[in-house]
Amino acid sequence: MSRIQSVFQNLQAAGRKALIPFITAGDPDGELTLPLMRALVAGGADIIELGVPFSDPMADGPTIQRASERALAGGMSLGKVLDIVRAFRAMDDATPVVLMGYANPIEAMGNNTFAAAARDAGVDGALVVDYPPEECADFSVALRAAGLDQIFLLAPTSSEQRFRDVAKAGSGYIYYVSLKGVTGAANIDYGELGRRIPRVRAAVGMPVGVGFGIRDDASAKKIGALADAVVIGSRIIEEIEASPRDRAAAKVEAFVRGIRAALDEAAGATP
Amino acid sequence: MTDMQYSLPDAQGHFGPYGGVFVAETLMPALAELRAAYEASRSDPAFTTEFEHELKHYVGRPTPIYHARRLSEKLGGAQILLKREDLNHTGAHKVNNCIGQALLARRMGKPRIIAETGAGQHGVATATVAARYGFECVVYMGSEDIKRQAANVYRMKLLGATVVPVESGSKTLKDALNEAMRDWVTNVSNTFYIIGTVAGPHPYPAMVRDFQTVIGKECLVQMPEAFGRQPDAVIACVGGGSNAMGIFHPYIPQEGVRLIGVEAAGEGIATGRHAAPLTANAKAGVLHGNRSYLMQDENGQIIETHSISAGLDYPGVGPEHAWLKDSGRAEYAAITDSEALEAFHALCRLEGIIPALESSHAAAYAMKIAPALGKDKLLLVNLSGRGDKDIHTVGEHSGIRF
Repeated sequence: MSRIQSVFQNLQAAGRKALIPFITAGDPDGELTLPLMRALVAGGADIIELGVPFSDPMADGPTIQRASERALAGGMSLGKVLDIVRAFRAMDDATPVVLMGYANPIEAMGNNTFAAAARDAGVDGALVVDYPPEECADFSVALRAAGLDQIFLLAPTSSEQRFRDVAKAGSGYIYYVSLKGVTGAANIDYGELGRRIPRVRAAVGMPVGVGFGIRDDASAKKIGALADAVVIGSRIIEEIEASPRDRAAAKVEAFVRGIRAALDEAAGATP
Repeated sequence: MTDMQYSLPDAQGHFGPYGGVFVAETLMPALAELRAAYEASRSDPAFTTEFEHELKHYVGRPTPIYHARRLSEKLGGAQILLKREDLNHTGAHKVNNCIGQALLARRMGKPRIIAETGAGQHGVATATVAARYGFECVVYMGSEDIKRQAANVYRMKLLGATVVPVESGSKTLKDALNEAMRDWVTNVSNTFYIIGTVAGPHPYPAMVRDFQTVIGKECLVQMPEAFGRQPDAVIACVGGGSNAMGIFHPYIPQEGVRLIGVEAAGEGIATGRHAAPLTANAKAGVLHGNRSYLMQDENGQIIETHSISAGLDYPGVGPEHAWLKDSGRAEYAAITDSEALEAFHALCRLEGIIPALESSHAAAYAMKIAPALGKDKLLLVNLSGRGDKDIHTVGEHSGIRF
């Protein structure tokens, strides 16, 4: 059983929802990423989505664009992201790490080289935004051979047939995009989500996380009531942006702890 | 390539290893819907008839092929023939594709049009057709390009479009494309994205090419009529590569005709400050929905390009050009900023034609090879646009202040 699967199994047994925070590796600088990851775990993260910065993040809103620009300005690269994960894994053998990013940096490294290096560094899965199942057969084979999960997106525009097709290609969990738009947007239609998520869950046969536009206790609770996991990215990056460098980890930990408490309270569970 | 059964792309939009549909999941259904609508329109005679009617009566087609006699005489070699896309309504070939996509948008019931633009020619053409057919229109343009192309920005506004400056990344064409994609993913239900070049996810490279092939199809008929035969070479500038695909594609089966794409060498290929992924043999990569030759660093980050011509200032290139290069059916070369400027001035003074800086790259390459060729050789240059928009850039280089 993969690290990701066992996290979801344990949470389900406890009647709790997964909290999946996202940060961009190298934002605001490479030295701070490891402390920030540790802070996410201390605040109650179940899985970490670690963004691999890319020069042209087409699916991201202004907040994650800025994070990517800061990271690249500081010299972050896919190779260095893997070094950070290796250092994290040496301290934390339990929390899954999923790399999230775009195809080109991975292709530049090479699919097989990446898959093997990611496994060796302790990465658990990868979500490549511009790799729909149709375009990444070789990459999927490489990930599977390395024992890594490939997480795919589903969207408000996806058909029920698409739910099933994408699920066949993916493993670990499905990342359902809450809205039509980019990361950090804020126009979630909860009524629509309430109708869609049960159908997605029934179709895909694996846990479903929901992300894009989740910013606070209230939105996290509403999503937690529908899905298996709540993904928060842009709001955490705003927290990092607004904090002095030496306070960023503490601020992020406090923010994540607040969301964690809200989720657990809504689920009626005690951590 | 000897087998001329050329029917690319395949059903998934691939030209060999290039092309494809590399987009986030939200856009996958929108692209499937677009593919279906485009396929249906192609086999609908009413659509084709209206497209041709608009090209004739609104755009002013067919455009002539003009024999640049004084320029040819001066060079003392091959004859230089100019396919006058600069004479189209809005001043460039871009409008051919915009008419096609606007008719498709209307057919699909999308009331809102978005576009990206570099030099502003595609933005102007999009704003024009939006006004013509009554669409809301938003054009994304890098703030660097807005500075370089102020007149075109005002033109778009006059036509009723909203021009949104893009401040991210290198603030040029590629960033405008990113921003247009972000708009599309947000407003996908009511919005049609008119991509201006033969790039982007399938079906755009094939669809834009098909709308632009009117250029090459006209040449196939005009050349024998006016010059007794087909040309020895067809030469066109390549940024994304839509004017080049438009004139090349009908000539692909004509094996005796050389196809030469001319990229922007900027300050010189060796300096790294250029926009010539094919000529520089850049590694293939994925950007803006397709795989193609791509200017990138060793970590797969897209690098900033340079060209005096905003319309060629793009790190990628249409996937079909990548395929044509690998297959050997087309050849690619690059022209520097200063060579393009020389050609610009030559056409102004010898022929009374102010060419776009983009098209000046194609003309410059023809001028480079013409002297060594016999006087009976015919070089057909796609003069893709007129240069009124570039007079400030050229003036600055000549030390003139307006």
